[in-house]
Amino acid sequence: MANAMLEIRNLDASVGVADVEILKGLNMTVRRGEVHAIMGPNGSGKSTLAYVLAGHPGYVVTGGEVLFEGQNLLAMEPEDRARAGLFLSFQHPVEVPGVRLSEFLRAGYNSIRKSRGEEEMSARLFNQMLREKAQLVEMEPSLIQRSVNEGFSGGERKRNEVLQMAILEPKLAVLDEPDSGLDVDAVRIVANGIERLRRSDRAIILITHYQRILDYVVPDYVHVIVDGRIVKSGDKDLALEVESVGYDKYEEELEKSLSG
Amino acid sequence: MTSPRTISKETGIDDTGYKYGFVTDIETESAPPGLSEDIVRFISAKKNEPEWMLEWRLKAYRHFISLLDNEQLPKWAHIHHAPIDFQQIIYYSAPKPKKKLESLDELDPEILKTYEKLGIPLEEQKLLAGVAVDAVFDSVSVITTFKEELAKHGIIFCSMSEAVQNHPDLVQKYLGSVVPYTDNFYAALNSAVFSDGSFCYVPKGVRCPFELTTYFRINTAQSGQFERTLIVADEGSYVSYLEGCSAPMRDENQLHAAVVELVTLDNAEIKYSTIQNWYPGDENGKGGIFNFVTKRGKCQGVNSKISWTQVETGSAITWKYPSVILQGDNSIGEFYSVALTKGYQQADTGTKMTHLGKNTRSRIVSKGISAGHGSNTYRGLVKVMPKADNARNFTQCDSLLVGDKCGAHTTPYVEVQNNTAHLEHEAFTGRVSEEQLFYCRQRGLSSEEATALIINGFCKEVFKNLPFEFAVEATRLLEANLEGSVG
Ligand SMILES: Nc1ncnc2c1ncn2[C@@H]1O[C@H](COP(=O)(O)OP(=O)(O)OP(=O)(O)O)[C@@H](O)[C@H]1O
Ligand SMILES: [Mg+2]
Repeated sequence: MANAMLEIRNLDASVGVADVEILKGLNMTVRRGEVHAIMGPNGSGKSTLAYVLAGHPGYVVTGGEVLFEGQNLLAMEPEDRARAGLFLSFQHPVEVPGVRLSEFLRAGYNSIRKSRGEEEMSARLFNQMLREKAQLVEMEPSLIQRSVNEGFSGGERKRNEVLQMAILEPKLAVLDEPDSGLDVDAVRIVANGIERLRRSDRAIILITHYQRILDYVVPDYVHVIVDGRIVKSGDKDLALEVESVGYDKYEEELEKSLSG
Repeated sequence: MTSPRTISKETGIDDTGYKYGFVTDIETESAPPGLSEDIVRFISAKKNEPEWMLEWRLKAYRHFISLLDNEQLPKWAHIHHAPIDFQQIIYYSAPKPKKKLESLDELDPEILKTYEKLGIPLEEQKLLAGVAVDAVFDSVSVITTFKEELAKHGIIFCSMSEAVQNHPDLVQKYLGSVVPYTDNFYAALNSAVFSDGSFCYVPKGVRCPFELTTYFRINTAQSGQFERTLIVADEGSYVSYLEGCSAPMRDENQLHAAVVELVTLDNAEIKYSTIQNWYPGDENGKGGIFNFVTKRGKCQGVNSKISWTQVETGSAITWKYPSVILQGDNSIGEFYSVALTKGYQQADTGTKMTHLGKNTRSRIVSKGISAGHGSNTYRGLVKVMPKADNARNFTQCDSLLVGDKCGAHTTPYVEVQNNTAHLEHEAFTGRVSEEQLFYCRQRGLSSEEATALIINGFCKEVFKNLPFEFAVEATRLLEANLEGSVG
């Protein structure tokens, strides 16, 4: 376990007020440089896992633990997780009206730098970097001067999330469906962008419903999550199997193992 | 077993972050507390005023006393406070010695230091940055900088006391022409006892090349500040004016009852911006400034324009409705406002647009932010008179709530007596959403930084109307004021 970047042990989590258990004893280990794909039916808890890792205050952890580089991740504030190098690409990124994307990102970027005792970057240099990195996902440069996600199309929002990952250079990136709602070309562009951000010292958890993105970002592991648990793990071929047979099989297996 | 810390919805308030709460140690000359005809005469005599000025003050004083006797204090505003004892207030307080200053070197170094702490560019080199400053300390205008440069353009920018001495014709013609002393309770009080303020006259066809600034500071305990500002833009002229304010932290409430009058003649424009950061009181609602201000502009000439932009973050209570009378045909009135209330602050603010002339247009953008136990009321009136053909108004009043113990109220009134009028109204009330906060925090911002960023975005439409440096200051001020109000 020397290289484990992320250790999730028996994680139970429920959603705020409703008190509904969503994650039910989830286990997962992610090492530096690895790409883990997570697949699973709607409502199985994929986004919940992503949110819990990032520290969304609406979710409550009721059991288990998560270590990030040996630290107790669950005790950290969301911004401290971000500063420690955890990044979440949102399935549904929100709008922040009146705040320019460039301004928003520079604020976050500098906040992270400050927390590491580094100097803040000037607006001029930052915007230059932003324009360069925007090319990675072929993002329309004019979007950078618009309010964060305001009036962005679904595809533009996804590119924007990957752009943000490129800027913030996280150690661990959790990408929640970066490919959903994208046209064929956009999937290729976004997937290539992610692939180029793959590094030996960076881990990626890639949540998706489609095998297609995995042709570009070939995962080291694929996990199938059903009803808040990982029911099967394998290599990239598992994604192909899921796509051809669907989830029924895993759901049935899960039921059998629970009753048996 | 650990669980992530949930962010409490309750908002912890900490008002001790007020950075301007120091008291300056200077000798002052003050009148004894209390209001009487003698005090009015004392103030007028101190200023060596001509007879007409004294007469006007006395008329205002008598009117005020009749209102006070009949208990006609303003009651309609959505604010609450203990009754003000007008006999406990000091109506005149001035730094001593009060001889005419020829240069900055002669100014009391303690006052200079105060303004330095406040970050006001009083020194000559900073003036090169293009800001001309009139500083009002307690009641008296301390120094007006950049005068010579302005004189070259024929612009008069001086203290009201000086204007009464040196430009009596202009003062007599315009003082009280927009806000008569009979206008309201506090306007009457101000007219009787106003001690100083700024006066500006921009002659025909001149575009004032600088931002003119007045900085107000209340220092002496128990003193009220009653300044009077009058700006006249003659035909085809333009001026942009900024007002800033602060006061030391004191346990007792202090009264600020100013009157500002603006007049634009044909084709003239005045842009008036305020950044108000009076001491708001402590975390329990003790102390702070009562800010009861009458501000009104009159677009007297055709095609003229008056634009108010205000950022209100301070004061225990703010009661203020910068208004525009659209008299000249095709004239334009604008009101852009950000009002932040936190702790136990109360703000009742808004505007009144009175359309008299044809094709007159007005635009109102009000952004109210409430945090802690703050209460924020927008009160607006758009009035279209019978002769105002084709009048247009656009009103947008938005409220943003931070936490769940604060309140926002919007009370827009319309009164239309001409059926060619076209009025549009938009309103929005929302909370800083948890999703937005989380998104920002996931990118590395603390919850305070995130809140400030979201609120800044919410205020963008107003801030973009401020001169650049002041927009930066306004942003900083909001952030400073939100410190401790979140999380
Ligand atoms: N705020 C909430 N209140 C009530 N239930 C919630 C809330 N958030 C999530 N849930 C429920 O939790 C379950 C898991 O949701 P989650 O978003 O994690 O699913 P998912 O696997 O990401 O699904 P999808 O593939 O559709 O994105 C769902 O049944 C969902 O309805
Ligand atoms: Mg999801």
